[in-house]
Amino acid sequence: MSKPESKAAGKSEVVKDLSMLKQKEMITRNYDALTSAPETGRKVAATFVPGNLNELIQVFGLLNNLPEINAIQNGMRKLSGDYILEAEKRGHSEDVCTYVKADLGSMAKGNLAPNGKPLPRPDVLLLSYTGCFTFMKWFELVRNEYKCPTVMLHVPYQGEGTTTRNMRDYIVKQLKQEVIPKLEQVSGVKFDIDRLRELMRESAKAEDDFVWVLETARHRPSPIDAYFGSVYYTGPIFTAFRGTPDASEYYRLLRAEIEERMAKGLGPITPEGDMKQQKYRLVVEGPPNWTSFREFWKMFYDEGAVVVASSYTKVGGLYDLGFRHDPDHPLESLADYAMGCYTNMNLPQRVGLLEKYMKEYEADGLLINSIKSCNSFSAGQLMMMREIEKRTGKPGAFIETDLVDPRYFSAANVKNRLESYFQMIDQKRRVASAA
Amino acid sequence: MCAAPVPAPSPTAPIVARCQELFDDLDFGAARRWKAAAPGRKVVAFMPVYAPRELVHAAGMLPLGIMGAGESLEVIHGDAYYQSYICRIPRSTLELGITGRLDFVDGFLFPSLCDVIRNLSGIWKLLFPKVYVRYLDVPQNFTPGMADEFWVHELQELREGLGKLAGVEITDDALRDSIAVYNENRRVVREVYAYRAAEPWQAPSSDVYLLMRAGLVLPVEEHTRLLRDWLAAARSEKRQRRDNTRIVLNGVFCEQPPLGLIKAIEMAGCYVVDDDFMLVNRLLIGDVPVEGDPLANLSTAYLTRSEETASKYQPDQAAKGQYIVDAVRRNGAEGVIFAAPSFCDPALLERPMLEERLDRVDVPYIGFKYAENSAQMQPVREQAGTFADSIKLWSTP
Repeated sequence: MSKPESKAAGKSEVVKDLSMLKQKEMITRNYDALTSAPETGRKVAATFVPGNLNELIQVFGLLNNLPEINAIQNGMRKLSGDYILEAEKRGHSEDVCTYVKADLGSMAKGNLAPNGKPLPRPDVLLLSYTGCFTFMKWFELVRNEYKCPTVMLHVPYQGEGTTTRNMRDYIVKQLKQEVIPKLEQVSGVKFDIDRLRELMRESAKAEDDFVWVLETARHRPSPIDAYFGSVYYTGPIFTAFRGTPDASEYYRLLRAEIEERMAKGLGPITPEGDMKQQKYRLVVEGPPNWTSFREFWKMFYDEGAVVVASSYTKVGGLYDLGFRHDPDHPLESLADYAMGCYTNMNLPQRVGLLEKYMKEYEADGLLINSIKSCNSFSAGQLMMMREIEKRTGKPGAFIETDLVDPRYFSAANVKNRLESYFQMIDQKRRVASAA
Repeated sequence: MCAAPVPAPSPTAPIVARCQELFDDLDFGAARRWKAAAPGRKVVAFMPVYAPRELVHAAGMLPLGIMGAGESLEVIHGDAYYQSYICRIPRSTLELGITGRLDFVDGFLFPSLCDVIRNLSGIWKLLFPKVYVRYLDVPQNFTPGMADEFWVHELQELREGLGKLAGVEITDDALRDSIAVYNENRRVVREVYAYRAAEPWQAPSSDVYLLMRAGLVLPVEEHTRLLRDWLAAARSEKRQRRDNTRIVLNGVFCEQPPLGLIKAIEMAGCYVVDDDFMLVNRLLIGDVPVEGDPLANLSTAYLTRSEETASKYQPDQAAKGQYIVDAVRRNGAEGVIFAAPSFCDPALLERPMLEERLDRVDVPYIGFKYAENSAQMQPVREQAGTFADSIKLWSTP
C-alpha cells in the first residue's frame, strides 16, 4: 500500500506516503478555494481549531479558514518570525501569544496563503471560545480589522472535571439561537439538519480510523510517532476537512499504510525514512515547535526516541476516549465535542489522562514541551510533571520552546536536555534491572 | 530659633494606617480572628476579578479576596510551579498556600479571568484536596437572553456547594439580605471613587487603594463603616491642591503593582481619578434588586449592568474600548497610564484596542509593565513625570 515518493535526491530527501500526498493535495485545494473566494463568490468563515464546528460550517457552504493553521504554515515556512516582529512594531507586547502576532503581522504584510495569493477577508468570525482565553481577544483584535460579523460561542470549561447538562444546554441554545441564524444570514443558505447529520456520519467514520491509528502505538515497535508524525494525522480531522469524503479517504489510506507497517514490524516513517530503532517510548505533553519542526523531530529519532502518546493530538477532540460525532443528536454532539477538547479539561483530568497514557502505552517517561506563548497548555505543567512522576515512578523532563517564534527555539539547549533525559532513562533502567 | 510648627495629624491617618496593617499582613490575621471568634465559622477565598460574594456572605462565611502576595513575600516554592514566562500572581498565591498562610481557608473560588488563573484552580484541587475549590465560568456571551439560564444554574450549583461547606441552607431571604448589604457597600465604594475624581488632592490614590484592599479581607459591613468613616474624615480636612495631571490608570485588575508604584505615579505629578483596582468591589453597576429571585437578579446584574474590563468579551465591535474613553470623560482625565503585569494576556492583548480608541479622540497615554515585586520605581516616576509634564505643557487648553 505504501509507495513512498522522494521529493528530491540527496541528503534532504523527504519520504512521503500516499496518505501524505493525499493530505497535501487536500490542503492545496482548500487554500486555492480560499484564495479564489473573491472570484468564486464563496463565503468564508474564520474559526479556531479546538472545538470547531466544521460540519456546521459546511452545511452553509462556507469555506473554513483557521488562523492557527495559517500561523503554523507560516511557522514551518520560516515566515512567522518577521510577522511577529511586525506585530510587535505595531504595539503588540512581546509577552503575548505568537499565533496571534503571527496572524496580525501576516495581515499587515498582505496575508498571503502558502500558494502565494492573499487570503480573503472573512465574511464571519465564528468565535468558538474553547479552552483558550486568548481566542477571545484574538478575534476582538482581528474583528477590528475586518469589521465583519462575529458570533460568540462560549464553551464552558470542565472546571469540575466533567460536563453537565447545564453546560450542554447553554451551548445548544447558543447554536440554535445565535450561531445558526447568523450563519444562515451570512451564507444565504437555510439550515438543513439532515445535511448536518450526513456530514457528522462521515466524521464518525474518519474518527474510527483515526483512533485505530493512534492506538497502534501500543505495539512494539510502534508503527507511528504519536507526536511529530501524528500532527500530520490530526490535520484533516482537526481542521477544514472533518465530515468530508476526502477526510474519510485519507484515514482509510493512512490506516492501510499503518497496518502494512505493523505487519512488517516497521517503526514510524520520518522525514529521513523508516525509524530504525526504538530505545525510548515517550508520552509528550504540549504543542510542538513549528519553526524548527524537522530539526526538533530529528533530535528524537536520532536517539531512538518514539512518542507513543501525546496530548497535543487531542486538542481537536478526545476521540480515543470514545467520543464520536453523533448524527442522531447533532447539536448536542457538537456541544459535547467542543467541551471535550484537551485544553478544555481541568488539570486533574489532564494529569489523569497522561497517567493513563503512560501506563497503557508502556512509556518510559513523560516529556513536556512547554510553550512560552500558550498559557492554556503551559500554566501548571511543572506540577503536572511532578504528579505524573509520583504516580508512575517514571522520569519526567521539561523543555521550553515556542509555537511560531523562532527566537524561543534554542536547538543546542533542547538537544542537551533531551540527551540528558535519555541518559536518565537509561540509568533508571539499569537500576531497575539490578534490583 | 523657632521650632517648626508640628502639622496637625490627618484625621484619615488612623484609618489608612489600619488598612495598611491589613495590607501588610500576609498571615491574614483579621480573617483568622473573624473565623476564630465563633465556632463553625468558615472562610472562602476568591481571586480577581469578580465573584458573587453575596452567596458566601449569605452562608454566614467570610469572603476573602486574594490578590497574590505582593512585594514583601519571598517566593520560593511557587517558582517551582511556574515557568519564567508566566505572571507572578499564581506563584505568590501558591506560596501563600504552600507555606500555610491560607491554612484557615475552607473554600477557594477561581473566576474565569484568564488561562493562568483557570489552571490555578486545578492546581489547587490537586494540592489542597480538603479545600472546596470551584472554577467560576462567568459567562462570555452577552447577547440578551443567551447566558441567563446557564449562569443562574451555575450560581445555584455554587449556592449548593457553599451551603454544604457551611452546613446551612442558603435561603432566598438570606441571599436578599446579603445583596442589600453588598448594594450598600458598592454605593459607598462608588462614593469614594466619585469623591476622589471630584477632589483628587483630598484623596491620595495610595490611600484609596488601601481602603479598597481592606474590603477584600474585612467583613463587608465593617468595610462599609470604614469607608464612611474615611469619607467623613477626608471631608473634614483641607489638603493642598496641586497642579497635577488627571489620569486614568488601567490594566491593574489582577496582579497588583507594589504600593510604591502607585505612590510613584502620584509623586510624579499625577492624580489618579479612575482605575481598575479591585474591580470586585464595584463591577456590578448600581444596586442589584432585592425583590424577586436573588440568583436571577445577580445574573442579570452581571450580564447587563457590569463594568467592562479586559477579561470580558465585548460583542459590539463599534463599542469595543469605548469604556476607556468614557472613563476619561466621566472623570475629567487628561490622559491614561496603562500599567500591566508582565505576561498578563488580558491586559496586554486589550491594550492596543484601547490605545486605538484613545488615538481617535486624541487622548494621550503611556504604558509600562510591572510585576508585584518590581523594585525600581524611579523609571516609573520619570516616565509618569514626563507624561504629566508633557500634558501640562503641550495640551491644548
